[in-house]
Amino acid sequence: MDLSKLTIKKIHQGLLKKEFSALELAEVYLAKIKKEDKKINAFLTVSEDLAISQAKKIDETIAKQEEIPLLGGVPLAVKDIIAIKNVRATAGSKILENYIAPYDATCIKKLKEQGAVIMGKTNMDEFAMGSSTERSAFFPTKNPHDQTRVPGGSSGGSAAAVAANMSCYALGSDTCGSIRQPASFCGLVGLKPTYGAVSRYGLIAMASSLDHIGPLTKTVEDARIVFNVISGKDDLDSTSVRRFKINDSKLKIENIKIGIPKEYFAKGIDLKVEEIVRAAIKKYETLGAGLKEISLPYSTEHALATYYVIMPSEVSANLARYDGIKYGHFAKEAENLIDFYFKSRREGFGEETKRRIMLGTYALSAGYYEAYYLRAQKIRTLIRRDFDRAFKKVDVLMTPVAPTPAFKLGEKLADPLSMYLADIYMAAVSLAGLPAISIPCGKVKGLPVGFQIIGKPFEEEKIMAIAEIFEKYYTKV
Amino acid sequence: MISKDEVKHIARLARLGLSEKEIQKMQKELSLVLDYFEKLREIDISGIKPYTHAIKTENVTREDKIEKELETKTQKLLKLVPKIKEGYVKTKQVL
Repeated sequence: MDLSKLTIKKIHQGLLKKEFSALELAEVYLAKIKKEDKKINAFLTVSEDLAISQAKKIDETIAKQEEIPLLGGVPLAVKDIIAIKNVRATAGSKILENYIAPYDATCIKKLKEQGAVIMGKTNMDEFAMGSSTERSAFFPTKNPHDQTRVPGGSSGGSAAAVAANMSCYALGSDTCGSIRQPASFCGLVGLKPTYGAVSRYGLIAMASSLDHIGPLTKTVEDARIVFNVISGKDDLDSTSVRRFKINDSKLKIENIKIGIPKEYFAKGIDLKVEEIVRAAIKKYETLGAGLKEISLPYSTEHALATYYVIMPSEVSANLARYDGIKYGHFAKEAENLIDFYFKSRREGFGEETKRRIMLGTYALSAGYYEAYYLRAQKIRTLIRRDFDRAFKKVDVLMTPVAPTPAFKLGEKLADPLSMYLADIYMAAVSLAGLPAISIPCGKVKGLPVGFQIIGKPFEEEKIMAIAEIFEKYYTKV
Repeated sequence: MISKDEVKHIARLARLGLSEKEIQKMQKELSLVLDYFEKLREIDISGIKPYTHAIKTENVTREDKIEKELETKTQKLLKLVPKIKEGYVKTKQVL
């Protein structure tokens, strides 16, 4: 039995039946990291001591014949933008290269209470700004399916770690596809929950109205287990909300109406990707679901442009905190205070981060606020309204995740706009704060391709249940 | 195309030091992205209210009480500060 390929429930059962111990399991994954990660570069920090001590604790609990939670002893990798007490948190940036988090993020606190075994922190684009993980200040991560290609981003390290079986599951963050797109590129399930469903406390902020934490897993079942643990209201995040219980036990495929927004299949999509995604949606029809073509006029090109106004604006405000005074990198020599700021930030931030800070500062500056930021926020209202209208007619929407499979390392680095376009199907959902899941549905020349299921706010369970219907069929083939 | 002076002005507002080369590159790249935003002018937004929250929440408050742990938390945060003098965060002279 290859222990590194097991799902959460399989691990749980194996631990209960004493087929292996939590320590043995952690050692299998640590050995795998030592061997594989030289090539893949998924991890920025491997927390070996933490993993071993957490695994031993679970083994002690088992030895005492006490119950262990479902996630107890299960190896986890965490995107380096989420704080774990006394572990380095770089957010993929030089400016936080030596930053040791003084506290646990709420999602980490919850996972630790469930006995999670933390393998380490995963690579990412600097401050989650990128779609390929090539914008990490440290090194690029490679796609385990083809090492000449990117794993997607910005949660590329998390996706590669799970795809290469160096962790059972991982946490990522999604601001505009940063969980869903790498899940698609690496053949995994990626869930972006509803805005507010998972506390952002301890998530290093990029664009606060758009940042979400969610799981990257091998199966929908695993995504559900993790989501159920990390979601819920948290006093430390005023935008988090109480979990709505929506009963979907009656979910019958014949009663499901699926909306297919035609704008997501317009020009720009790889024909093979379109074919695979359409075939996946068609499968639901043959199983009895109703399909309906709909229109969401602003949900692709306009949504992406709207996103690229709002996100940098929030970035420029959020990243103002990195001043070299309170923590993080600072300039060794400076003439005066303003020179100190200029130098500390110039040395600490990478190219893309600087570009977005500049863009956001411009969009928010006197004379441009109305033309850019305010206009974008009004279009955001229209985008949400279109979704609300669509959900009066259909239960869920199905779309591609990305226009192409994983692209080559270096392919889009020189042209920022072409990199931005990799997230064209991701932006509208993020702007509207809706839950969405990326599910593997095929391969193009050996490269995984996923499709996206979008739901109404707080209908995570519904989109996961619908995803599971396809997953059962797909893994059988 | 935005001007070089504009780029310098924005960089100053953002407290971002840029080299001459970076300013030139930024001028070109920012202009490209700003052109891309032109798409947004096609949309009629008259009478539309700007978006504020994905999920409606109002006045989220908490009880105003002192945390027991506060002191240890403060100590932990101060440990991250590069320069400290007598318990204060030290910076270059402001005035």
